[in-house]
Order: sequence, then structure tokens, then C-alpha cells
Amino acid sequence: MDADGASARALARSPAGAFRHGVVQSLPFLVVILPFATLFGVVATEAGLDIAQVLGFSVLVLAGASQFTAVQLLSDHAPTIIVILSALAVNLRMAMYSASLLPWLRDASAPQKAWVAYALIDQSYALSIQHYERHQALSVPQRLAYFAGTATVLCLPWIVFTWVGATVGQAIPEEIALDFAMPITFLAMIAPMLRTPAHLAACFVAIVAALAFAGLPSGLGLLIAAPLGMATGAVVEARAEGRGA
Amino acid sequence: MQASDLQIWIVIVVLGIGTYLIRWSFLGALGDRDLPGWVLRMLRYTPVAVLPALVAPLVMWPAATGGAPDPARLAAATATVAVGVLTKNVMLAILAGGITLFGLLYVLG
Repeated sequence: MDADGASARALARSPAGAFRHGVVQSLPFLVVILPFATLFGVVATEAGLDIAQVLGFSVLVLAGASQFTAVQLLSDHAPTIIVILSALAVNLRMAMYSASLLPWLRDASAPQKAWVAYALIDQSYALSIQHYERHQALSVPQRLAYFAGTATVLCLPWIVFTWVGATVGQAIPEEIALDFAMPITFLAMIAPMLRTPAHLAACFVAIVAALAFAGLPSGLGLLIAAPLGMATGAVVEARAEGRGA
Repeated sequence: MQASDLQIWIVIVVLGIGTYLIRWSFLGALGDRDLPGWVLRMLRYTPVAVLPALVAPLVMWPAATGGAPDPARLAAATATVAVGVLTKNVMLAILAGGITLFGLLYVLG
């Protein structure tokens, strides 16, 4: 495929065409999002949340990893403030997404930016930033329409399938070992993130510290272990860059 | 779960607002202000530090066995990480962990 041809096509699209393009390019991600959303519904229901609460998470928070984090800590009887801080920490990376989209969407209106912020999840960000960087001459309406296409395909099914999972969860018998669904889900999310020595080091220190501080009141060990891991990752990355320079 | 309905709703609403403000931060309020490099570095490692710290005690001392380390759950955790690292595929990793867990629970009774 020649890049210039693809670029010419992208630049010639009407906003509606750009929207459809975003829709089509997001579809493969549903393979992950649909089961993941269903799993959240099931696990949250097993943890004792009612359907309104499960949907409340997916509509108001709309961030998978932090939703799982909050439900896990709630079922550990962690204090409210620790639940909130831990789940927010999982979402801090989105500040980076917000900063990196700004140059491309600077001329969008305030309400448009507010909507983009609501639907800014890992996948809508990753698709959009790639699209913007590849086709730099896109107009702001084309960029917004593409983002809206990705957001529609990625965010609405998240909410709908959370509801499906919550409904299914109520029908699953107690004997099935669903206690471990959450740890397995977290591990599966972590493993692909271990791309560099810095990520590995951050992960390793966080684990050791979390086990060492496991005796502290619930959730507190996490609030100590996570910053230690983050600092480790940052230090290892800085050292690697120092050597490279 | 012992958490009260009120506690759950407080978590949902405050987490929702906080997460929204994180997403909106630069697009909305902070504009072009540059973050110091070390802040960006720390942000990059939040998921890979928070999630393992959360999950490590759950794997070592599962609530379902009253906190005793459990061969089936340890093996399931190992299989999940191994498949996740090798394939970079979240759903395959979950599948590997689930199959290992239920297989071993069945075999070990």
C-alpha cells in the first residue's frame, strides 16, 4: 500500500467519511473489549455490586483497569480514600494522552474537547494519535470525526457488555472459582506491558514491596509499593538514556 | 462484599470525576504547560507499578483458601504471565490462566 495514496484518501474524506474510517479501524479491538467488559460485569456482580453500580462504573469511570482495581479494593474492605487514590493512580497515564492530543485538537471548541476527554481511553488514543501523525494535514473536523468513530465503537460496547456481564454474573453458581478471575485479568494486562528493562524493574520492585507490606491495613501497602515501583521505572529509564547519550 | 452502597457510590462518583479531570487536564485547563521530565517518567510507569502491587498479594495468599498459598492458583498465575509475555495478547493470557486454574482445581480436587 502506498502511503501517499492512503494519505490522499484520508485528506479527501468528509467528516462523515472520517467517522466511518475511525469506526472500521476500531472494530478489531472489540475482540478484546467485549470479553473484558463482560468479565468486569461478572466480577463486579460477584463482588456484590448491583447492576446500577456496575453500570455506574462503566459510564462514569469508563476505564477498565481502574474499575477492576476499585472493585478489588472494595471487596478487600479498603478505606474509601485508598480505593479512590489507587484507582486514580492507574489512570494517571491518561494525562499523557491528554497532553499529546492537544497539539492536534487545539482549535476544537471547549465542548468538543470536553467530549474527547470523556472518551479518551487507551485504544481510542492509540488509534487517533497514529492517524493524526500519519496524516498531518487533516483538518480539525476530520480529526474529531475520526476520534468520534473510534470512541463510538470502543466505548459504547464497553458499557453495553458490562451490563451483559452483570446480568450473566447473577446466573453463575457460587461454587465456580471466580475469586481468581480478577488476579488473572490483572496479570494478563500487566504481561504485555513488560516491554523494557525499566518496565520490568518497576514491576519487580512493586511486587516485592507489595508482598513486604502486605501485613499493613488493606490497601496501604499498595500506596507505598506503587510509588516505589514508579520511581524505580523512572530511575532505570533515566539511567538507560544517560548511557545512550 | 461488606462495602456499603454509599461507599460504593462515593467511589464511583469521585473516581469518575477524578478520572475525567485527568483526561481533560491538558486538553482543557493546562494547555501547553510543559510537565517536568521526571513527572512524565513517573506517569509512564503507573500501570506497570500499581497493577502488580495490587495483584501480588492476591496471588500469593488467595482469599478463597483462607490466605494459604495454593498450587492451582500459583500455576494459573504463572501460565497467565507466560502466555501474556510471549503473545502480548490479553485475552489469550486470560484464557491460559483460566484453563490452568480450572484444570488443576479439577485434577487436584
